[in-house]
Amino acid sequence: MLKGHQSWIFNSKPVIISSAAVGGPFEAEGAISEDFDMLHQDIWLGQDSFEKAEKKLLEQACEISIQKANMKKEDIDFFISGDLMNQIISSSFTARTIGAPYLGIFGACSSSMEGLAIGSLLIDSKSANYVLAGASSHNGSVEKQFRYPTEYGSQKPPTAQWTVTGAGAALLAKEGKGPRVTSATIGRVIDMGLSDPFNMGAAMAPAAVDTIEAHFRDLNIEPSYYDLIATGDLGTIGHQITGDLLTDHGLHIPKDIFNDCGLLIYKKEQPVIAGGSGCACSATVTYGHLLNRMIKGELNRILVIATGALLSPLSYQQKESIPCIAHAVSIEMS
Amino acid sequence: MSSKKNKKLTPTQQKYQAFAKAREPKPSVLKNCFKAFLVGGLICTFGQVLQMLYIKYFNFTEDTAGDPTVATLIIITVLLTGFGVYDHIAQWAGAGTIIPVTGFANTVASASIEHRSEGFVLGVGSNMFKLAGSVIAYGVFSAFVVTLIKVTIQALGGI
Repeated sequence: MLKGHQSWIFNSKPVIISSAAVGGPFEAEGAISEDFDMLHQDIWLGQDSFEKAEKKLLEQACEISIQKANMKKEDIDFFISGDLMNQIISSSFTARTIGAPYLGIFGACSSSMEGLAIGSLLIDSKSANYVLAGASSHNGSVEKQFRYPTEYGSQKPPTAQWTVTGAGAALLAKEGKGPRVTSATIGRVIDMGLSDPFNMGAAMAPAAVDTIEAHFRDLNIEPSYYDLIATGDLGTIGHQITGDLLTDHGLHIPKDIFNDCGLLIYKKEQPVIAGGSGCACSATVTYGHLLNRMIKGELNRILVIATGALLSPLSYQQKESIPCIAHAVSIEMS
Repeated sequence: MSSKKNKKLTPTQQKYQAFAKAREPKPSVLKNCFKAFLVGGLICTFGQVLQMLYIKYFNFTEDTAGDPTVATLIIITVLLTGFGVYDHIAQWAGAGTIIPVTGFANTVASASIEHRSEGFVLGVGSNMFKLAGSVIAYGVFSAFVVTLIKVTIQALGGI
């Protein structure tokens, strides 16, 4: 049901009956490694390319998620997924393996929450009984496509972020046990004219601010309603800017409930510069760490705002600025 | 930021960019210069040692010892790139590892490794000079222009 300008309220409160997070070796050394369902020691996953490895990550996240719910691939009504590869090959190739009717989405790193929001809408409108939502990214394949070869020796500036190698998937159902998706706010594309692909945090922050403000305005609630408000992959700089900008706009989110998936995933001593990024950043942190904390009873209501930079390597070379987007999904324990 | 770039931005965008800029850490120019000097200098010193060894033990002259010296540095770089070490050194050293011949070897080697998955023709062959190509194209062209200037001045009776 539409509420306000751009938010959906899910009256039937679709349930996340199971979720899974799969990560690579760098994530295994991270701060929330125990929340991953599977961790790989080999960045190649035994495949002969980074792209194939990324597909494998997503396949595994989907399979684990289906297994955890004691279901079969055939039981999935719709599979919704997105990633950062050209023509979202990781998602589409995974959909080939799963064999379920498939909706491919692209919201860059916001794909995770975009998928969860659309999936919840399908369940809420009784258009589906079981929807699987996934997202993936791979450090090697993303660096190769958007930046330089992985082994190229260029110095990254202090604003650069580290793409997460991993995949996350969540299985939504009409009823069952687990955290429930209660509402979602779909973001607008915001472009503040920044064009540096090594400074995504600052480019995406205004999109996050816009969506967060829209969410609280549409739902007419206060930030204190949530136990945790987590942005997707803004990193240290983007997160700082978002907090300051929100305060500037008169919406104060207390520091202790405001965090960023890109800051949660790695340890401080890991050389990630400004923090984690990529589709898998918000996907693995939400579907692994945050949902686990909810099930344990540590968190009751969370809002995840996945942020995405909608650039392509070509648009960047043609000196275009970076349009950005953010989608917010609210998850609550009943 | 140049004023030309600013003209295209709306006042809101300009205001935000100033807001964001104030919260971005600046790369430390002095520290980076020092690290680049140290690492670049060390690489060059190592090259000098190699050259002297080639002259002393392999009967090269000062004129001919350059080739095997550069070749050795390239082989070492390619190995370090392949083992995944070079990019970590470069993150610390900055320009220190880019400027010497090792930086050039790294661009070619890293691009070749990266595109191995697309095969030897469409992958390695086509992408090997993805980063180094512009250095070769503009490097050769600038050398041509400089030579042209030199030849013209000599023909006119200068130097």
